[in-house]
Amino acid sequence: MYGMTRVAISARGVSKTYAGAEQAALNGFDLEVPQGTVCGLLGPNGAGKTTAVRVLSTLMRLDSGTATVAGFDVMKQGAQVRKNIGLVGQYAAVDEILSGRQNLVMFGRLNGLRYRDADKRATELLERFSLADTGSKPAAKYSGGMRRRLDLAASLIIAPPVLFVDEPTTGLDVQARQEVWLAIRELVAGGTTVLLTTQYLEEADQLAGHIAMLWHGRVVSEGTPEELKQMVGGDWIDLTFASPELAERAIPAVRPLAQGDLHAEPARISIPVAERTKAMLAIAGALSAEGIEPEEISLRRPTLDEVFLEISKKQEVAA
Amino acid sequence: MTAVLRDTWVIARRDLTHWRQQPWGVVINTLFPVMIALMFGGLFGGAIGEGYFDYLMPGMFALTMFFGVEATMTAVSSDAQKGVTDRFRSLPMSSGGVVAGRCLADMMGSVLGLVVMAIAGMLLGWGWHNGMLQALAAFALLLWLRFALLWVGIFLGLTVKGPESVSMVQILVWPIGFLSGIFVDPATMPSWLGVIAQWNPLSATAAAARDLFGNPGAITGSREIILAIAWPLLLTAVFLPLSVRKYRSLGG
Repeated sequence: MYGMTRVAISARGVSKTYAGAEQAALNGFDLEVPQGTVCGLLGPNGAGKTTAVRVLSTLMRLDSGTATVAGFDVMKQGAQVRKNIGLVGQYAAVDEILSGRQNLVMFGRLNGLRYRDADKRATELLERFSLADTGSKPAAKYSGGMRRRLDLAASLIIAPPVLFVDEPTTGLDVQARQEVWLAIRELVAGGTTVLLTTQYLEEADQLAGHIAMLWHGRVVSEGTPEELKQMVGGDWIDLTFASPELAERAIPAVRPLAQGDLHAEPARISIPVAERTKAMLAIAGALSAEGIEPEEISLRRPTLDEVFLEISKKQEVAA
Repeated sequence: MTAVLRDTWVIARRDLTHWRQQPWGVVINTLFPVMIALMFGGLFGGAIGEGYFDYLMPGMFALTMFFGVEATMTAVSSDAQKGVTDRFRSLPMSSGGVVAGRCLADMMGSVLGLVVMAIAGMLLGWGWHNGMLQALAAFALLLWLRFALLWVGIFLGLTVKGPESVSMVQILVWPIGFLSGIFVDPATMPSWLGVIAQWNPLSATAAAARDLFGNPGAITGSREIILAIAWPLLLTAVFLPLSVRKYRSLGG
């Protein structure tokens, strides 16, 4: 099924600009996902994640470059690609008036199953995704997490070798997110190759063995979650002050303690730090020595934007 | 080929299941034109004169077909917005099946709508006077118009973004309906309005149907029937390829 290679998804120099758009949505996008692995495509809004999925799942034509899925060219062998993929788009794409079971039977029939086989498969999938009790209710009555699970089930009817999952938990509450993660983990255990897009480092960390970071339409960095976390750097300490003048006075005091460039805004300073407790104590000490009382001191993980800014800075330096 | 037929049937069946799950939706959609007919027939009938229902009903049949644009557009745009269309496009199925299924389901809905309207019309005193064959020809012309409007609906459904634009189009349905020979003879309108109304594709089908049913207001001569065949043909020739192109290039 995979031809010569064991690469399930491959993209080389893929570019795509939407009609009328100034910036390219994908700009030299490269990716290689080995068979049976889970790759997390991590990036902020507008980085090109959804475009990448739409191009790879043949929903959209690429402008230049090449891409293969399950060994088939997405531009020239679309029909074969579609036989080998499942797609879980950004919105739970199910018919809301139909029941869960009716949805699965319909998509099963459209996948070429006979009615009886489609019905049998629907029963299996409803069981597997803990929807058996609610299988006969209209999907409109499902909770967000249930609808997402039904959506996942619908994309697994033919047990596709390659599955695309686009931002599976955006807009879901914590519990629903856990449910969806569990469902995806089970898939992965079954040997499906998964390309998952997400805005959350935590989600990529939870589900993917390999993470590619997408920024402005290209992969700027990739590696295991551990490698990326190291690259991402340590935590940040945010200091908030009653006035911009106080903040001005605090900057020289805390600058020597920062592991890298600190970010200063009026009345607010963000300091990258390595060891959280020691840094916290040192900063508190430095401030009290100067007699500056901050409104608030807080410790946090870097935001994805900070991570990408950091990486792109490093890349500029390297270039 | 059998795969296309199977896909078509699966997609059409989905709509039939919708009818079964939400029967009130079907009832309201089919009774709405009946209500309009009662309203206009009752309100204007007195002023316009005796036998207005006999004049009005063929026009109302054409209007019912025209309302179908909204039904098609709403179904198509809701599928596109919710990602259902993308799911269909990512499946190993024929794109022809998706469109043909939509077509089949909407035509079944329109046949049902016409039957209900015809029965309501007969209860109100409307009837055909030129025999069964001509009546069937009139119904065929009405469904031919509906078939053409299907492609307009699919094209609009794939083009509009969000529910706001859907209601925009729903509002536009009315002036187009009024500016035609559906409710009154265009000859009674101010001359420039009358010309526009005369050229409205709905007028051609309504006039041809009046002619074939033998209802008052019929313009004898084959011109109306030729127009009632030509207008939908032209609409189909324009909007069918546009819809196919739009479907293929969804999202660029």
